[in-house]
Amino acid sequence: MNIMTEADVEQKLATRTNEPSIKMKGDKVSVYYGEKRALFDVDLDVRQNQVTALIGPSGCGKSTFLRCLNRMNDTISIARVTGKITLDDEDIYDKNIDVVELRARVGMVFQKPNPFPKSIYENVSYGPRIHGLAKGKADLDRIVESSLQKAALWNEVKDRLHEPGTGLSGGQQQRLCIARAIAVSPEVILMDEPCSALDPIATAKVEELIDELRENYTIVIVTHSMQQAARVSQRTAMFHLGYLVEEGATDKMFTNPDDKRTQDYITGRFG
Amino acid sequence: MVTYLVFALIALFLAAYFAGRSRALTSVDGEISKLHSLPGQHGMFLALVSVVPALLALIVWSLITPGIESNIIRSSFANELGGLGVPQVEAFIRDARAIAFGGVVGFTDATKEAAAALYKTVHARSVWIIVAICAVLAIAGFFWGYGRIAPAYRARHVVERIVRVFLIACSAVAILTTIGIVLSLIFESLRFFQQVPIHKFLFGTHWSPQSAFTGAGTQQGAVDPNIFGMVPLFVGTLLITFIAMLVAAPTGLMAAIYLSDYASKPVRAVAKPILEILAGIPTVVYGFFAALTVAPFFRGLGESIGLGVASESALAAGVVMGIMIIPFVSSLSDDVINAVPQSLRDGSAGLGATKSETIRKVVLPAALPGIVSAMLLAVSRAIGETMIVVMAAGLAANLTANPLEAVTTVTVQIVTLLVGDQEFDSAKTLAAFALGLVLFCITLALNIVALRVVQKYREQYD
Repeated sequence: MNIMTEADVEQKLATRTNEPSIKMKGDKVSVYYGEKRALFDVDLDVRQNQVTALIGPSGCGKSTFLRCLNRMNDTISIARVTGKITLDDEDIYDKNIDVVELRARVGMVFQKPNPFPKSIYENVSYGPRIHGLAKGKADLDRIVESSLQKAALWNEVKDRLHEPGTGLSGGQQQRLCIARAIAVSPEVILMDEPCSALDPIATAKVEELIDELRENYTIVIVTHSMQQAARVSQRTAMFHLGYLVEEGATDKMFTNPDDKRTQDYITGRFG
Repeated sequence: MVTYLVFALIALFLAAYFAGRSRALTSVDGEISKLHSLPGQHGMFLALVSVVPALLALIVWSLITPGIESNIIRSSFANELGGLGVPQVEAFIRDARAIAFGGVVGFTDATKEAAAALYKTVHARSVWIIVAICAVLAIAGFFWGYGRIAPAYRARHVVERIVRVFLIACSAVAILTTIGIVLSLIFESLRFFQQVPIHKFLFGTHWSPQSAFTGAGTQQGAVDPNIFGMVPLFVGTLLITFIAMLVAAPTGLMAAIYLSDYASKPVRAVAKPILEILAGIPTVVYGFFAALTVAPFFRGLGESIGLGVASESALAAGVVMGIMIIPFVSSLSDDVINAVPQSLRDGSAGLGATKSETIRKVVLPAALPGIVSAMLLAVSRAIGETMIVVMAAGLAANLTANPLEAVTTVTVQIVTLLVGDQEFDSAKTLAAFALGLVLFCITLALNIVALRVVQKYREQYD
């Protein structure tokens, strides 16, 4: 009668220690690009309403893991994923899962701002339109406005919604891409080095935004900047050569890591 | 003699190269680092200064001597040729040259023999003169260059300057040829417009310089400007081009979308070259495919549903021409679709768009300017295409928009006007130049528009 599944136990433990519940869970995730293995049995949990940072030197597999979370690796024909990834205890690699629906629930922001060559309004309304989220023009307008507001871009663009999105500055373009991702009301937002193409001022704005978004969304961010990981994330996972080296609360990872490789990497001794 | 001269210059080129190279080496006792330029550059310098002036002299000589020689003949035989017209004098000189150097001669007489003998001596003298000039230039160039070679001499700069001049000359040949062709088109067209008013040519609706025995300017009698109306040809060209684009635009575009976004790598590696082989089939082959296979097929099809289809129909020619330009459209569109950054496709997929949504709503709009310009280039290709329409579209200049009837095009009429051995100064033959000029203006305008569109598109992504 009192038999509890592993997930239930974890749930219990999480609430007891005041930890948020687990949103996404990776279980022995491995990725192969053709013959080459890029990721080795990664077990990693992503917790609700937290920012999880993935760090590690280039080529360590952190972007590969991120792209598994919304099956973006499907677009690479030679990529093969093994293991299990769940979103709210549902296996996202299950045959019954519609990948289009999954990506609507797990949105993505890319390294380089990639607004479509359309107007700002059309960029944001693109997702709601293809998913049929708006009931009419007024509803669509409301979604566009609230998405741009959440992305802290509304005040800068409200008078030129019908100008091309490509005409914005780099930082504005990246916030437009975040607004575009928010517009489909995802539960999880994946960010692949979202600030690497931005200057420090734009970076600060996007980081501030990430911190605000945490309230409503679960965020996973890949970053090369240790300071950024320390500033925006609650949990950090360190990857090296395709293995998950260490994972834990950001405070602990940056002050007292268990693994020497993590220590070396965050203090700049390699990578 | 001249052949030997060319071989001698080639030999001198090689000899001078090695001479210059070894002199440069000995001047520094084999220590190459003391030379400003590499030994090979000194060699090339010496070879070029020895041979190039002589070669230029030879080229100039071969361009001007035929004129000078025939002028000498003409003035020597001024009395005998006094009463003859221009074509007869030219024929006389042609025959004299043929007798002197071997060739086909219509008939011969004492005057021609005498002229031939004079021709021979004059030519022999001019060959000796050019050999002497070349020898002097080559020897002078060689010794001048040989004297200049020294460790500090900047042979590389000289060689590179000469190479640059050579490259400029090559591109000038292409440009000057184009300008020459356009100018000849314009001047011949102006001659035509002196006989036929330009507005009657551009806006007239009746075209029959072939069928009319009078009025075309080939026989005696006045030119009738009313049979030179190009509108039926223009309409026929547009009709066939329109049918061709109706076939090629959707097919080519869909093929390009498949190749760029759906095909796996191995399929693409095989399918793309095969599609491009279509472009390598000679258009005359398409022509008999159209005339012997497609046209009878359409006629049979038309008969079976009770429609009268001409055996040379605009439909058959247009469909086959469309098939011909499919690879043109697909290959150009494939390039522009591939040029749309992968990041845009990822961005769309990351929002949960399906592949076809991504292509319809992101990729194609982004590639649209490039696709439009690909279509315009395909149109200009179709307008200028000749062989298929010659074989499949017919010669009758009907002013019709019915694709089941026979029509004719601008290019077909140019061919038929110039086939045969008329002189090139009647209104009929000059009309071909006017048609060519119109065709040139249309395709030029299309190409300019297409290139402007592409440029604008490029600015967006770079």
